[in-house]
Amino acid sequence: MNKTVNQKAWFLVLPVLLLVAFSAVIPLMTVVNYSVQDTFGQNKFFWAGLEWFRDMLQSQRMWDALGRQVLFSAIILAIEVPLGIFVALNMPKKGFWASVCLVLMSLPLLIPWNVVGTIWQIFGRVDIGLLGYTLTKLGIAYNYTQDSFAAWVTVIAMDVWHWTSLVALLAYAGLQSIPNAYYQAAKIDQASRWNVFRFIELPKMMGVLMIAILLRFMDSFMIYTEPFVVTGGGPGNATTFLSIDLVKMALGQFDLGPAAAFSLMYFLVILLISWVFYTVMTNIDKRDGL
Amino acid sequence: MAKITLDNLAHSYVKNPKSEDDFALKELNNDWTDGEAYALLGASGCGKSTLLNIISGLLQPSQGRILFNGQDVTNQPTAERNIAQVFQFPVVYDTMTVHDNLAFPLRNRGAEPAYIAARVQQIAKMIGMEDMLTKKARGLTADIKQKISLGRGMVREDVNALLFDEPLTVIDPHMKWELRTQLKSLHHEFGHTMIYVTHDQTEALTFADKVVVMYDGRVVQIGTPQELFERPAHTFVGYFIGSPGMNVIDAQINGALALVAGVQMDLAAGYAPLDGKVQIGVRPEFIHLGTGSAGLPVQIRRVEDVGRHKIVRASLNGQEINLIAAEGAEISADMNRVVFDPAGINVYRNDWRVAPQDKAA
Ligand SMILES: Nc1ncnc2c1ncn2[C@@H]1O[C@H](COP(=O)(O)OP(=O)(O)OP(=O)(O)O)[C@@H](O)[C@H]1O
Ligand SMILES: [Mg+2]
Repeated sequence: MNKTVNQKAWFLVLPVLLLVAFSAVIPLMTVVNYSVQDTFGQNKFFWAGLEWFRDMLQSQRMWDALGRQVLFSAIILAIEVPLGIFVALNMPKKGFWASVCLVLMSLPLLIPWNVVGTIWQIFGRVDIGLLGYTLTKLGIAYNYTQDSFAAWVTVIAMDVWHWTSLVALLAYAGLQSIPNAYYQAAKIDQASRWNVFRFIELPKMMGVLMIAILLRFMDSFMIYTEPFVVTGGGPGNATTFLSIDLVKMALGQFDLGPAAAFSLMYFLVILLISWVFYTVMTNIDKRDGL
Repeated sequence: MAKITLDNLAHSYVKNPKSEDDFALKELNNDWTDGEAYALLGASGCGKSTLLNIISGLLQPSQGRILFNGQDVTNQPTAERNIAQVFQFPVVYDTMTVHDNLAFPLRNRGAEPAYIAARVQQIAKMIGMEDMLTKKARGLTADIKQKISLGRGMVREDVNALLFDEPLTVIDPHMKWELRTQLKSLHHEFGHTMIYVTHDQTEALTFADKVVVMYDGRVVQIGTPQELFERPAHTFVGYFIGSPGMNVIDAQINGALALVAGVQMDLAAGYAPLDGKVQIGVRPEFIHLGTGSAGLPVQIRRVEDVGRHKIVRASLNGQEINLIAAEGAEISADMNRVVFDPAGINVYRNDWRVAPQDKAA
């Protein structure tokens, strides 16, 4: 086939280019700009090179926040993915109750982040919150404003409550696409319930599960609003995740240089991990597509 | 291996069936002899898969019982019935190798590893896949996957019955023939009760000892290929088996005489007086073309040479009838009469065959 060469076609890309420039590239470049400069105020900046990056890489504070962040993402993935699959496996396959389940499950997904935070902030309060009050009455020491373990439990419970539905709905969609003949064949072959899951359901859900894991990973890795509303990053720095720390640094302390360097590295980490996921996912698709 | 008895069996997919039309499977009372190969033949939607799924326990019948060797299994789950079934479209376990796919039913029953290894080899040879055993099943083509499904169906030796639900639909014709031969030899070797569902009458007639013809949720006839050919119990069997199918013509019966389109002809036997819709059925093989004044007047419409013989399409009083002439036969335009061979005439009342009263006349 002969392709027509027409350099003017580049103009057609221009609108998109402008849009992306204004929405992503220019803001990103200002961050890059800050990350290589220093200031003593009065809007006077001077060149600092890679100073801030070096600083940040050596900063215990950032490594701690990153550690907490990774731990948080790992825990919620470890809970939400199996739980979501479990819920999906036990949802009715069709009929009235299937629709009821779907609607109920979608509800948490529709609630804005800060509202979710507020709900749990109140829910967990020892004086008036249902959860906090009940636990205290039962004699269990629970106070998320003072005890970092309680704070973690609250933040994780909140995320699980908010987002397990997403995993469950995606897994459910994957399950629905399995033809009935597979289950029939498994019965004929006298497969155990576990083998049905292991050899039929799990392989067929793999694609959507990868998407679910990617979405949940990215979202949890960038989480800000909900823990901020509930704990404000405390007690101490116990629930100060990367974005919370970043905002503290940039807006609280106005350390624009380090904060900018920090954001860039943060961005690169997410980009890298997403790329790995994407590669793995397309490989799975290719394997399936053969 | 087992004799299968269907006792008063019926099934409806509707919750509260009101009329007979709501039943996908109408009341059935049959015995399926132990060790026999049956072909289940019928048009699409007549309830073949429904019947198989009830026998294997994938479907719970709305009424009646299923017995294996006289023992009631109606409420037993599929696993306990120990039945092998192969479906129309391939089902393989994608993440397993071909070997593991074949070994899966044996492993689930806790067979010895040494036995599994030997048996899988044997089956792999049978389906011609010995050199693919280590391949992952994912990504294989549909016909190869179906061969794996077939292999998985045949791997257990102790099954009560082997059920095949149009298993060769996705397989190319050459392989089809070979696999069918394999199934047949498997049947000879192990003597399983086999039920083989198909649309295709040649497949049914070559494979089976007995052919079961279903029509609209009913089993209309169970018989050897020869019985189905010579004495179709229902006009549908007549149409469906044979190529072209049986000619069904309105007639009046009077003892051992039939009156067709104003022409009288002899029957091989006498019949009691009949009411309702009375017809005679004659296979194309039993109709002879001729000239002169004997027989029924027809007009030849078309002659098709199919190699082994010629099919003549003619019209009798506006109704199309088909007849078969020998390959070498000369067919001239002035042939305008047909004569029915009395031995090839069956009599039908309301579509069901009527047995003759006596063999005399
Ligand atoms: N799960 C089901 N729910 C409701 N009706 C069904 C279901 N399965 C089959 N039927 C209906 O029952 C009747 C018999 O279906 P069945 O699948 O047994 O036919 P079949 O003879 O196997 O046809 P085919 O040759 O197309 O496979 C059909 O009218 C079909 O529409
Ligand atoms: Mg069917």
